[in-house]
Amino acid sequence: MTAPMPPVLAVEGLSVEFRTARGVVRAVDDLSFTIGEGETVAIVGESGSGKSTAAMAMLRLIADPPGRIVAGSIRLDGQELLTLDDASLRRVRGRQIAMIFQDPMMALNPIYTIERQIGEVLRLHLGVGRAEAFAQTVELLRLVGVPAPEDRARQYPHNLSGGMRQRVMIAMALACRPRLLIADEPTTALDVTVQAQVLELIQELKTRLGMAVLLITHDLGVVAETAHRVIVMYTGGKVEEATAGQLFADPRHPYTQGLLQAAKWEESDGVELREIPGTVPSPFAMPTGCSFAPRCAAVVPRCQTDRPALTEILPGRPVRCFVAQGAAR
Amino acid sequence: MRQASLLFLVRRLVQVVPVVLAIAAVNFFLLRMAPGDVADILAGQMGHATLEFTQQLRREFGLDQPVYMQFFYYIGKLLTLDLGRSHLQQAPVIDLILDRLPATVILMLTSILIAIAVGIVLGVAAARREGRLADTLVSVTALVVYATPAFWLGLMLIVLFSIQLDLLPSGGMYQIGAGRTGLAHALDVAKHLVLPSVTLGLFYVAIYTRLMRASMLEVYGLEFITTARAKGLSETTIAWTHALRNALLPVVTLAGVQFGHLLGGSILVETVFAWPGLGRLVFDALLQRDLNLLLGILFVSSVVVVFANLAVDLIYGLLDPRIVHK
Repeated sequence: MTAPMPPVLAVEGLSVEFRTARGVVRAVDDLSFTIGEGETVAIVGESGSGKSTAAMAMLRLIADPPGRIVAGSIRLDGQELLTLDDASLRRVRGRQIAMIFQDPMMALNPIYTIERQIGEVLRLHLGVGRAEAFAQTVELLRLVGVPAPEDRARQYPHNLSGGMRQRVMIAMALACRPRLLIADEPTTALDVTVQAQVLELIQELKTRLGMAVLLITHDLGVVAETAHRVIVMYTGGKVEEATAGQLFADPRHPYTQGLLQAAKWEESDGVELREIPGTVPSPFAMPTGCSFAPRCAAVVPRCQTDRPALTEILPGRPVRCFVAQGAAR
Repeated sequence: MRQASLLFLVRRLVQVVPVVLAIAAVNFFLLRMAPGDVADILAGQMGHATLEFTQQLRREFGLDQPVYMQFFYYIGKLLTLDLGRSHLQQAPVIDLILDRLPATVILMLTSILIAIAVGIVLGVAAARREGRLADTLVSVTALVVYATPAFWLGLMLIVLFSIQLDLLPSGGMYQIGAGRTGLAHALDVAKHLVLPSVTLGLFYVAIYTRLMRASMLEVYGLEFITTARAKGLSETTIAWTHALRNALLPVVTLAGVQFGHLLGGSILVETVFAWPGLGRLVFDALLQRDLNLLLGILFVSSVVVVFANLAVDLIYGLLDPRIVHK
């Protein structure tokens, strides 16, 4: 075994809270993970699991108020991001960590040309002039497979299709060759046929540029195709982590098992609906014990009273579940 | 693209004609509904208001004709851009108006420019500090100014800046008899313009501040602002480039719609500051039933408002590339 490379991103004990009129809600709870160079880590979970909040926290993009990172550490190549001043943070944003969002129509400014929006990043971080920025923009658009890049560069977002716009977003994110790319549901708003192309593009560019990728998704199909490691989140906390292979072959947390079964049904167009019963509990009425207990098929009495800790049941396989932990012993 | 814009302009200009004619028609009948006419007033002034004499005046002015005949006559003249004569002032209506119009237009444009510029700056500043003290101060002040009557505000400004501090002239458009020309004259007019344009503009400052603030906050909630932050842009750059241009659209719309309203306010403010614009002319024409003059002024104002709205449409196209004029 070779000595492990230091991770590109190391997140430890990250907690994010939102102050609302009804009280304080913990959207991300004690989340820890790392991403190595050239690695794709996926965070999966239902809406409200805290996965998007976690992604936004990486760039400290959570609006304060109402949100606030209350604990933890986020280190990029060893540099702590949570203590950076605003100016230093802006040098990380867009340059070392770039982000692409779910809906490329909403994520691009409707009144500026593509050239202007990509060129802006280049001029800001690399200090290049207008002409050089245009040349590099065209190069980037070519890299992400936009046909006729010179013409497209001069157009506005509304002139492009959804898939093209997401390619533009990717080109914009890659403009400064970032160390980490965060993709928040990058294919959800796209046609099925375009989804595969965009995922393939991200994978290919990741390899070519040696980036780390953090993929936020609720789509297990996307995970299976792209991720090395998977973090499953539920009600703000990590409930299971595994390599993609392990997770799909041998899910240990009942929630993960439920997710996989629901996904299988989707795929096979089967006769029997296998959904996880119930809904995600309201953040204002969290169960005292395990937050998944009310929906869990394998629930035991202890789940109602105690909150399970995240424990490694096998090397590199932490699971937050009494039943899974008991079975492993 | 250019050709399409030109075509749009021509089409809009053609559309202006029926709109202005319709306004003229409404004005005509509304004014005819008011009791009394110019013959009564004139005969009264001349001191021999016999029925016979007033009837003679009416015949002379064509006022003895049925109303619909008068109307067709009026519209016919209007189509050749003839606004008729003022029987009281013994002069062509168009001359009387053109004599006064520039002063009013200067006052209106200065006021609206002040209002938009200050409104944008305050609105953006307040939106960026949402919920904090500066935001509350701006919003409350705007509300108070909004509720303050312009004529009272004008009088208070005169008391403070002309009488107490002796900084600015209290009325008129330039110092009579000073005989200034060129730049000196322009500066003199600018000095006289300060108080009336502030008086007229403050109300609109309040409106645009509040509108701008709301519009900015709405844009701040959109996802491309998050993208801009994720790119590493500073909050100042985000506010003045990415957010502002998107947030301007409703403000521009309102400015166009309010141009007519502004003209009304201008007439009031002119009275307070003895500004030699259309205001006094309207006032006199109204009291003396000088219908031709009144109709002429209303006609010119409606043309000004219609063109202001056309200008807004064109500015809209410049601000938002999604709007293509066809």
